[in-house]
Amino acid sequence: MGSFFRGIWNTKGQARWILLVGVVITLVFIVFAVLAPWVAPYDFNQTKLDGAKLPKLAPPSGTYWFGTNDQFYDIYSRVVWGARTALEVIVLSLVISIVIGVPLGIASGFIGGWFDRILVFVNDAIYSLPSLLLAIVFSFLLRGPLGGGVTAAALSITAVYIPQYFRVVRNTTVSAREATYVEAARALGAKPFTIMRKYLFGNVVQSVPVLGTLNAADALGTLAALGFLGFGIQPNEASEWGYDLSRALDDAQAGTWWPTLFPGLALILLITALTLVGEGLNETANPALRRRRLRPVVFPRREQDEERTR
Amino acid sequence: MPTKPEPVLDIRDLVVHFQLQGGALSRLLGLGVRTVKAVDGVNLTLARGEVLGVVGESGSGKTTLGRALLGLVATTDGEVVYHDRERGERRVSHMRGRELRQLRTDLQMVFQDPHAALNPSMTIEEAVGHPLVIHGIAKGDELRRRVGEALERVGLAPVERFLSKYPSDLSGGQKQRAVIARAIILDPEVLVADEPVSMLDMSVRAKILQLMLDLKTDLGLTYVYITHDLASAKYFCDRIAIMYLGRVVEVGPTEEVFANPRHPYTKALLKAIPEPDPERMVPRDLPRGEIPDAAVPPLGCSFHPRCPEATSICGWESRDLRALIEEHWTRGSAETYARERDLVGDLEHLDRPDTRPRVGAGGALEVRGLLAEMRAEDPDEPLWLGVDAIDDDGDGVRVSFHPGEDPQLRAAGDVDVACVLYP
Repeated sequence: MGSFFRGIWNTKGQARWILLVGVVITLVFIVFAVLAPWVAPYDFNQTKLDGAKLPKLAPPSGTYWFGTNDQFYDIYSRVVWGARTALEVIVLSLVISIVIGVPLGIASGFIGGWFDRILVFVNDAIYSLPSLLLAIVFSFLLRGPLGGGVTAAALSITAVYIPQYFRVVRNTTVSAREATYVEAARALGAKPFTIMRKYLFGNVVQSVPVLGTLNAADALGTLAALGFLGFGIQPNEASEWGYDLSRALDDAQAGTWWPTLFPGLALILLITALTLVGEGLNETANPALRRRRLRPVVFPRREQDEERTR
Repeated sequence: MPTKPEPVLDIRDLVVHFQLQGGALSRLLGLGVRTVKAVDGVNLTLARGEVLGVVGESGSGKTTLGRALLGLVATTDGEVVYHDRERGERRVSHMRGRELRQLRTDLQMVFQDPHAALNPSMTIEEAVGHPLVIHGIAKGDELRRRVGEALERVGLAPVERFLSKYPSDLSGGQKQRAVIARAIILDPEVLVADEPVSMLDMSVRAKILQLMLDLKTDLGLTYVYITHDLASAKYFCDRIAIMYLGRVVEVGPTEEVFANPRHPYTKALLKAIPEPDPERMVPRDLPRGEIPDAAVPPLGCSFHPRCPEATSICGWESRDLRALIEEHWTRGSAETYARERDLVGDLEHLDRPDTRPRVGAGGALEVRGLLAEMRAEDPDEPLWLGVDAIDDDGDGVRVSFHPGEDPQLRAAGDVDVACVLYP
């Protein structure tokens, strides 16, 4: 792990700075998400204070930093809670799609034959559908059993990303399967499961982190699109930027800019940050793209030199 | 060699064929499935405690033979029998799954490329100890102790310096030592070494071979040493089996094979060993051409097209005729080629093995004249020995070759050799 970070630090050019900027912005969002209950003045579903409703469409002010919207929500609180929702959905969907996609890809690539054919066919079929359409279909299907919450949204997005991990992992497995060390493992008497777990897994997951960060940005976009179209997380379940944007659209046409600006800005910032992390990781961690930084070697000064300068 | 050899591995009529996939169209229509006869009827017995060298060119099937010994490739026919000290005879070639995995504690392999044979994401400690974990033999402190022992045995000492290293941190020789450590940690009976030193630097080769010899005496191992390098085989082996196109053509004690090679192919291989002294360079009549296609091996003895000592019964056929005609053209001018090309017509059909091929399109007399001219050009060409008759057939001729004989391994002196010269 240490060598991984050293490799990143020793990369030449912008890649390192791209990564750094992305990480810093993402960290800010993570801090807000974690500290949401303390940072946000109101709850995400709170429209009343001491029995009195909050003002409707109040402009940004000292009390309501980002103003309020047409549903009597405090926009600043919604944005902060929205960061928590976004990160929850991203983490959940990534974890589930990696946990399903990676083992499926390894098994498919290693076992081969009809098992592989069928899995590749199914995954290609899923992959060929427009991702948003797929997410909408799944959120419809999941709304019944799971309701309009974070889990349902995360699972709908998961369905989109499983084929991506499956593909990448399956293809690397197919080439790794022919490696001598896999045959050596067989010659040692390892069971197929052991070969997959101990010999293939470690060598094929290396592309997953980069794909994961790139997908994180994409997942956030899909989540917002679902919310914008009304198929995502319901406002009383969690705060979600896409939903807030769609609510604020009419007001924006009337010249009320604050309900759209702040959730939109948050969305764009986080997507950009995650993309920067993904690209930065890709260029620093991938030895084919990475350019090493040359650092001057400084020798300790010799004593005569010191005397001469003196 | 022990006076009364006790067999440890018996290879009986072993055949390994691989299916080739043809072009897109033939695959679509299910046509023309070609098989490569990688190993084509091999009989060998490996005595306990000996070192058997399997020598041959690339494509001779020696690696496939080694893999079949361990059950790593499926055998098409014949069998490999392992004589277990406790359990008696066990048929490796008919084992599956669990039984085969269990057998790995007795039969192990050292691979050609040490850089690829170790999992890049495992430390040396994990990699060398993994066989013990797989077979549930040792864990914890016992595992660590045995890994340390194995590493010390192969000369990776001090052990602490290597335990936590990854394969990428080691040199080629060190990696091969680790691979050997991994193979011997299960305390096997037989070690199949597939060109264990060919990927290593010259300076390291002798050390690794010496290490393997030391391990043999210390652990009572039996080796199958697969190589294309006769020089190292001479140094390393008790017995040598020369393979050509999936068959063993000569097998016998190393000294005898070197001192008195019988099969023309063995002689050719021995001549191909580089001489350290340029003054002593001798004219080498190395085998001409390349190793033939194993999917359609030559008729008769598969070495006959390249053999300098071929006789009339070696299995001459249409493809040899085509090769001869084309070779003749390489010596002539472009005009001769154009004229003779029209004379003999299309040669494609000669690629189908045939002992009575028909050639010519420009008149029987002219074709006959051309063949006579070619014969005069090189009267020593052994192909002409196999020609029984040349008959007129329309505007061409039909060449009748003597039916070939496929020589089997027969005893000749101290060795067994498969050649018509040693009936």
